[in-house]
Amino acid sequence: MERKMVCISCPLGCRLTVTWEDENDIAVKGNKCAKGESYAQEEILAPKRVVTATVRAATGAVRRLPVKTNLPMLKGYIPALLNRIYKLELRPPIVRGQVLLKNIEGTGVDLVATRNLKKV
Amino acid sequence: MIEKHYDAVVFGGGSAGLAAAVRIAGQGCSVAVLERENELGGILNQCIHNGFGIQRFKEDLTGPEYAERFIEMVEELDNVSIFLETTALEVTHGTPHSVFAYSKRYGVIKIECRAIVLAMGCRERNRGNIGIPGTRPAGVFTAGLAQRLINIDGYIPGRRAVILGSGDIGLIMARRLTWVGVEVLGVIEIQGYPSGLTRNIVQCLNDFNIPLYLSHTLSEIRGKDRVTGVTVTPLQDGKTVTAKSFDLDCDTILLSVGLIPDNELSRKFGVSLNPETGGPFVDAGLMSSVPGVFACGNVLHVHDLVDYVSEESERCASFVVEYLNGTYNPLLHHPIVSGANVKYVIPNKYLPGMTNRFYLRSLIVKNKAELVISLEGEPLKRKNLAHVQPSEMVSFSLDEQDLSRGSESREKKLEVSIY
Ligand SMILES: Cc1cc2nc3c(=O)[nH]c(=O)nc-3n(C[C@H](O)[C@H](O)[C@H](O)COP(=O)(O)OP(=O)(O)OC[C@H]3O[C@@H](n4cnc5c(N)ncnc54)[C@H](O)[C@@H]3O)c2cc1C
Ligand code: SF4
Repeated sequence: MERKMVCISCPLGCRLTVTWEDENDIAVKGNKCAKGESYAQEEILAPKRVVTATVRAATGAVRRLPVKTNLPMLKGYIPALLNRIYKLELRPPIVRGQVLLKNIEGTGVDLVATRNLKKV
Repeated sequence: MIEKHYDAVVFGGGSAGLAAAVRIAGQGCSVAVLERENELGGILNQCIHNGFGIQRFKEDLTGPEYAERFIEMVEELDNVSIFLETTALEVTHGTPHSVFAYSKRYGVIKIECRAIVLAMGCRERNRGNIGIPGTRPAGVFTAGLAQRLINIDGYIPGRRAVILGSGDIGLIMARRLTWVGVEVLGVIEIQGYPSGLTRNIVQCLNDFNIPLYLSHTLSEIRGKDRVTGVTVTPLQDGKTVTAKSFDLDCDTILLSVGLIPDNELSRKFGVSLNPETGGPFVDAGLMSSVPGVFACGNVLHVHDLVDYVSEESERCASFVVEYLNGTYNPLLHHPIVSGANVKYVIPNKYLPGMTNRFYLRSLIVKNKAELVISLEGEPLKRKNLAHVQPSEMVSFSLDEQDLSRGSESREKKLEVSIY
């Protein structure tokens, strides 16, 4: 298989051509440094992203409280995580960094608040 | 009318205003921060995505996290007074300056001060600024307004969206819309290259298979009450190829077509503005053409990274303190101008005898570029740049030693070019 991608590990943005027969044998071309290779491998084997969203605040100084995953999350888990996030409803007080969902689907990733939610 | 006195007044409580206020107050001067909204933090409050603070805090923070760190610092200082829901309206400059502001709580207030820091941020360019033909239905938003509606007010602006312009805010919004269940049909960019960061193209468009139409433009907006669709037309050699136009059925259009420093107020009281940046002309200490009036952050020039805004604003504040102490001498500053392939360089002056930090924007896209600073035509310093593009701000410094090289001319004009 072959896939073209852009390395985003630094601003140079090398255009990579990634070819592989099986997952143990991934060949990367076009990278100017070793980081490009590990980036490409992770993108093929287990792409991860930090998820940011907002959660409804039932009461408190703001209507929506921003949240994020504390680590990048496997992409496949993201749609289900978003559904859970949109069903949450928070009540003050909540402090920045507070864990709202722990160890999501056993991935070791937590959902945390990125802002304080104070009482009005 | 309530009257107050402070050493310095800061217009705007975003990242620029907060960093400046913390630094000025930290040096023992009294400061008032005037903020139009009902909370501090500015644009950062609605930028819930990560990517902030990597340089400043060596951590990948979201906008609200970055803002709260500064808000907490400012709240700890007892010589900073915060006026929320207070808009600076008018300035009569002199010694002292008089600031007139409207506060929701106190009505009109008059503040006398010796220094002013402009930190009002920027505005988004809208449909009127770019002129798209067609009807004027509801459903056309600037990308930043849509960001605010979704992230602060919790309101979803439509079902099927098209984004015009590939600036970072538009790209970030493509992902945000997708994640709240809005279908994004495409991003239309008039230039042949995207104007946002590659990282955002990859993570906000490619991840969701959202098409990016480079060298395309919106040739028509349709719909009576609400947007019902748009016509997209490719460009070849700068001309539209109408025969290859296609339609997209959307109910929402987001415009991400650039930001302009918000200087209505500054212009009104006589601050002279630089047409290249839309912000004030400033000397080496970031003081504008009006003595005692300084500027930092997006009101000075549009920044892509908040880390640079904080650095610039703290530097600005140190000069404000010098000004308040009576040790600031603008007559010692010399001009620095943009040369080949440079859109602008900020500040517009430098001061020999100290380290001067500059920000500039390239006009070209290039790998392995070279930055050349020359004094009256003679190269003074060179710096290799791995990669330049208009959307990524470049910074460099000149220290005392760089600047000690003699020139007989009294003007000592520096020129910055990229090759
Ligand atoms: C949508 C968007 C996304 C961004 N994404 C990133 C990113 O991913 N990473 C990154 O590092 N940087 C990012 N940036 C850049 C960075 O966050 C901003 O450049 C920076 O926060 C701007 O700070 P500021 O204080 O200059 O302006 P602002 O935050 O806009 O603050 C200006 C403040 O002044 C107030 N004001 C204006 N006029 C008046 C008046 N007359 N009286 C009183 N108050 C007034 C406004 O209400 C506002 O609060 C982004 C910027 C934008 C716009
Ligand atoms: S491969 Fe190396 S040099 Fe190229 S973009 Fe990735 S990190 Fe940068």
